[in-house]
Amino acid sequence: MEKTSFRQRFKTYVSHLPHPGYFRAGLVITAIVLFVIIVGIFYMPYGPTELSPDRLQDPSLLHLMGTDKMGRDVFSRVMYGSRVTLLVAMGTMIIGAGCGILIGALTGFYGGALDEVVMRIMDALFAFPNVLLALVLVSLFGSGTFRVMWALGIAFIPSFARVVRSEYIRCKHMDYVKNARLQGVGNLRVIFVHILPNVKGVLLSNLLIGFNNAVLAEAGLSFLGIGSQPPYASLGQMIAEGQEVFFRVPSCVLGPGIVIVLMVLGFSLMGEGIRTASGTLEE
Amino acid sequence: MSGKTNTELNGIWKMHAPLEGEVLRATNLNVFYRDRAKLLFKQNALKQVLYDVNFHIKEGEILGLCGESGCGKSTLSKTATGIIKDFTGELLLKHGQPQMVFQDPYSSLNPSKKIGWLLEEPLKVDRKKQWTGEERRARVREIIAQVELDEHLLERYPDELSGGQRQRVSIAAAIMRRTKLLIADEPVSALDVTIQAQVLKLLDDLHRNLGLSILFISHDLRVVYQICDRVMIMQKGRIVEQGTVDEVYRNPQQEYTKQLLRAANL
Repeated sequence: MEKTSFRQRFKTYVSHLPHPGYFRAGLVITAIVLFVIIVGIFYMPYGPTELSPDRLQDPSLLHLMGTDKMGRDVFSRVMYGSRVTLLVAMGTMIIGAGCGILIGALTGFYGGALDEVVMRIMDALFAFPNVLLALVLVSLFGSGTFRVMWALGIAFIPSFARVVRSEYIRCKHMDYVKNARLQGVGNLRVIFVHILPNVKGVLLSNLLIGFNNAVLAEAGLSFLGIGSQPPYASLGQMIAEGQEVFFRVPSCVLGPGIVIVLMVLGFSLMGEGIRTASGTLEE
Repeated sequence: MSGKTNTELNGIWKMHAPLEGEVLRATNLNVFYRDRAKLLFKQNALKQVLYDVNFHIKEGEILGLCGESGCGKSTLSKTATGIIKDFTGELLLKHGQPQMVFQDPYSSLNPSKKIGWLLEEPLKVDRKKQWTGEERRARVREIIAQVELDEHLLERYPDELSGGQRQRVSIAAAIMRRTKLLIADEPVSALDVTIQAQVLKLLDDLHRNLGLSILFISHDLRVVYQICDRVMIMQKGRIVEQGTVDEVYRNPQQEYTKQLLRAANL
């Protein structure tokens, strides 16, 4: 019985992907962004809300991305803001994917009237663009970082529910499911222990793509002034504030903008790397 | 299409029935498929696929079930295991839940679980006995030796095994809880000839050593001749002929049986 290390298995996994190059590039970019965020937890050159008289400075060694119109260090704010964006995007995915998997699994497996009713509700939610739906929810329940996370999470449920449901419909007629039921395995165990692992391929690429949409949606919402409130930084809000001084200190907008691009690009490339033409994971 | 509605389908499917010398007895089985209604609230239409099926399986025998594809062989097996519930008539089983071995060894094993996990699963969900981890592993080792597989395969995934090995794993999972009746639905049709012979020999050995009764479904009369004690011939949802293998093969009564034998060059 040979035991292979995680590192070794990961390497073989990557080299068997349909597009290993994309995946590796995405991994490097994501690692850079994550490094900046993690360093930001322990050390930031300046406090993200710390004011100083050096206003609207161009990038220099003291201020890597310059300072904004209140003299706050843009780089420190980017470090803080991207942490907020990442957390909101992750929370969104946990809520959206968690509820989506639960709903998709149950409706797909049981079918019948429950399926019809729940999926029509999902279709109705799906008809609205994610950001618009989140805006409605935020205007109903008020803004704030956590509320935005919940709003986006709910807005993302239908896309996951549909994908998971169709996978369950495909899997539930497989012989191994019949076999499990003959052995006396209960319905819930069949759903979550036997079928769920077979859905993970499709789920993974959907998670990566969904994560991108969540990052963009969070940035978009905070650009519009919903989400984390001033003076606390968030990437979208920094772009909104920086646009009035864009021609004097472009780094106020470009800094947070580039981080958003890198975050999305990294996950897109990783998602693209594991996706085959049919959208499923390669064996 | 028949005029029957749901409420008339009161077929009896019963385990642990008091049968003498038989493990399964089916009386007047009529089995239906349910066409899903196109309109909500409309009564589902029923389509009859098996007509007045009567048969029994004796304790410790291998009963063959033959017929062309689409004649209802698999439907009969699914009714016997209780997967299909839309039937009338009576199906009695002497022991507990019969287990199945399916035709396609590529879809009957969960692709995302290791062989060891797949074999332990029937023990984990056993309601009669709480198996400890150590007992489960011991039982798995015992069975894996019985189906002549190597222990290192336990750490593999199904797609790393050959068709023959997978079919052995399916059989192992089926006999894990000492089932007395095995329903093998075309267990060797997807395998090539040499592997077929090995798997047939394994089934025959298990039948002898464990006193296993087997309902062996196949469209291949040669295979049935090799392994079965008795054989039933099925045509368009009816059993047209049954008897010992020698009787049926030497002296077929029905024109359809003769056709099948001629087609198989027997």
